[in-house]
Amino acid sequence: MRRSLPVALLASMAVGSILMLVVGASPGHVWWTMVTRVLGSEYQVGQVLYKATGLALTGLAVSVALDAGLFNIGGEAQLGAGIFACALVGTALPAGTPAIVAIPVCTLAAAAAGGAIGGAIGFLRAKRDAHEVITSIMFNAIVAGVVLVEGSEHIFQGGTTTGPAIVPGAELPRLPLGGSAANCALFIAIAAVALVWWLRARTTWGQAWLAVGRDPDAARHAGISVARVQILVMAGAGALAGLAATSFVMGHKHALEEGLGAGTGLLGIVAALLGRLHPVGVGIASLLLGFLSVGGLAVGDLVPKELTEVLLGVVLLAVATAAAWERRAAA
Amino acid sequence: MTAMIEATLTKRYGGREVLSAARLEVAAGTVHALVGENGAGKSTLVKIIAGIVRADGGSLAIGGTNVDLGAWDRRRARAAGIGIVQQHGASAGTLSVVENAVLGAEGGALLDLAPTAKALEALGAKVGLPIDPWARADRLPLGAAQRAEIVAALHHGAKLLILDEPTAVLAPVEVDGLLATLRTLAKGGTTIVLVTHKLDEVRAVADTVTVLRAGKTVGTFGAPLEVATIARAMVGAELPPPSSVAEPAGDAPVVLALEHVGVAGALPSARPRGRFAGLREAFSGEKRQDAPAPRENVPLADISLVVRAGELVGVAGVDGNGQRELAQAIAGLVPHTGGVKLGGEDISRASAGERLAAGLAHIPEDRHHGGLVLEASIADNLALARRDITGRFAIDRARVRRFAEEQIRSLDIRPTDPEARAAALSGGNQQKIVIARELSRPHVRVVLASQPTRGVDLGAVVRIHDRLRAAAAAGAGVLVISADLDELLALCHRVVVMLRGKIVGERAGAALQGAEARSGLGDLMTGAA
Repeated sequence: MRRSLPVALLASMAVGSILMLVVGASPGHVWWTMVTRVLGSEYQVGQVLYKATGLALTGLAVSVALDAGLFNIGGEAQLGAGIFACALVGTALPAGTPAIVAIPVCTLAAAAAGGAIGGAIGFLRAKRDAHEVITSIMFNAIVAGVVLVEGSEHIFQGGTTTGPAIVPGAELPRLPLGGSAANCALFIAIAAVALVWWLRARTTWGQAWLAVGRDPDAARHAGISVARVQILVMAGAGALAGLAATSFVMGHKHALEEGLGAGTGLLGIVAALLGRLHPVGVGIASLLLGFLSVGGLAVGDLVPKELTEVLLGVVLLAVATAAAWERRAAA
Repeated sequence: MTAMIEATLTKRYGGREVLSAARLEVAAGTVHALVGENGAGKSTLVKIIAGIVRADGGSLAIGGTNVDLGAWDRRRARAAGIGIVQQHGASAGTLSVVENAVLGAEGGALLDLAPTAKALEALGAKVGLPIDPWARADRLPLGAAQRAEIVAALHHGAKLLILDEPTAVLAPVEVDGLLATLRTLAKGGTTIVLVTHKLDEVRAVADTVTVLRAGKTVGTFGAPLEVATIARAMVGAELPPPSSVAEPAGDAPVVLALEHVGVAGALPSARPRGRFAGLREAFSGEKRQDAPAPRENVPLADISLVVRAGELVGVAGVDGNGQRELAQAIAGLVPHTGGVKLGGEDISRASAGERLAAGLAHIPEDRHHGGLVLEASIADNLALARRDITGRFAIDRARVRRFAEEQIRSLDIRPTDPEARAAALSGGNQQKIVIARELSRPHVRVVLASQPTRGVDLGAVVRIHDRLRAAAAAGAGVLVISADLDELLALCHRVVVMLRGKIVGERAGAALQGAEARSGLGDLMTGAA
């Protein structure tokens, strides 16, 4: 993979270039413009970091679960629940709550809500044999629906799709990057990457969850409770996805908003797979995906912005193909 | 006589050369045995010839025609008349025997199975290997599944039939039947290559023997076959004499007591691998390991048995008579009725993990299906869920490594690198990892060993048996479940026989000596007594 990943990225750039030719743009010019416009502007770099923050957390939510053999595509639900809980707690706190209290409380609320959804998916899988993909899809729909109904019935303010603001103490400081949305939740994401790396590589928890993913039968024979690991890992994964709410709510919008963070849970799957399930890889993949999605908007005057979405799909296909190709070469 | 195979092959895995210009010459119409220690390269050699593994160098001629090794694959090998029956079986579990037979050899787009099924049945009857073409592969006992694979290979016109450790999973009667069939096939002109480590089988059927050691051919021996010479060539030295453990006194404390243990109906078998398990492997770069499907279960009824400290007790029986259920019940891997006491402590309700903590060491019957995490390293497998080695939470990596190096040295596991992937090891070395992990647990009071030497060669068998005896000598009670009667007779103070989920007889002391012991137990195993 170390050899094939660059090949895959070059291949997807080539496909992207062909698509640009199809829409009548000059690929070299578009790519160069994308790089210079994004990296040349503090604001755009900040936007990349903002996107990457959310993606790294939802990406970890997928990679950690897949480490344990579970395909967590419920990132949307876990993030949605995190956003809802975070905003709700953030507005319910007394107006003068100091940051030292408000920030941890809102962060915990986000993680707990996401973790509850993840844990429920894990429980249904481990104890009731309900496939996590099916239940994840259902939870994605349920959470989206609940947030929308609750929002429009009780939370959104007269005629808008925005709820009341959270207390000022719960706001995470922005990073000084040209007025972009980049904020201190970035450090939460970096800490999460480090924590997952450490748990996975250096603790008995990581040993147990990797063993369950690689061979549940061997894990069971060695005395590991597979069901317990599955539930705990899914709860942890859900908590990671829920934590992304800190960036969206506490760092950026400071309120519940319809459609906030939407799509980040699903794009996290791409980040996890592109990062090859390694926490550091997921972090790097998030930056790359953040760059592509911000870059696509930045060159919106040259190519249609849908091209970015096509490109994300092509990247995933190329990486998947490269992985299979390399495995065959190794066999 | 023409040469069916003329091969000189080289193969490397990573930087390790598993075959260095290993030479194999097989004359047409003969039974040729390929023998050697663990990791000698026997399986790799035959897999290259059968087109399953690609060689890194050398030459191969089939029936006098040189083949292009770079393009040699299973399809070409099949077309050249090479059939193979692999060690762990290669049937797709949920398909029927006939569906498996046509898998990968389908003619047109439309599949009409009935004529093939008829042909398979007729062919099976003709060569003395009766099969049911419509049975589901994963519901068949191992012996029947293997018969089906042999018949399927012959059906595809195999002129050369390779069998990789075919007798490892068979009962003594079935072994005799298979060996007789191989002789008949050879008389009919089929060339047979038999990969094995059991020298009595070699003596019974082989015309010629090639001995492989550490990836090189040590020698080829023709009639008359001298077992002692072959054994020396395999091991490269004389085998140490087996040790023995005195039978414990009658008042030795009971360490394992089973009281009317029963397992009802079908086991909730191993949780199926997640449907997305393949996805995980595709993106993490790990190789997919397809474990063989679990077999049909036998209900277990009213098993009562005691094992005393220092005692080696054997459970004999033809595979599939409830031995697996018994082991799983003792290990706490299935819900069961009745009582299980370990050193006087009632563990009937304890989980698998709690039972291990209470002083049980469990060597599962299938190292690929419960014993090992094949994708993990030797060190990680040795320390799997061993908190006494890893520490409770943060893993003490230096200690894990030291522990692995100790175990690798003491059981002579090869390769000696603790970071080597378990999947890359030969069967015998994999089994040593399981043995090492289980027997090195602190305060072992009961050792439950299922098929501890299945598919393992001479040198490793001696080491594993020594370890089991040492555990008994140290005061543990050892329960050995094995389909290999010779193994039980060599190890045990007392042997019970299981048939259809019940204990049907017991032999101890003098009744385990002499030739009658073997036939007496054999009769019990088949229900003839």
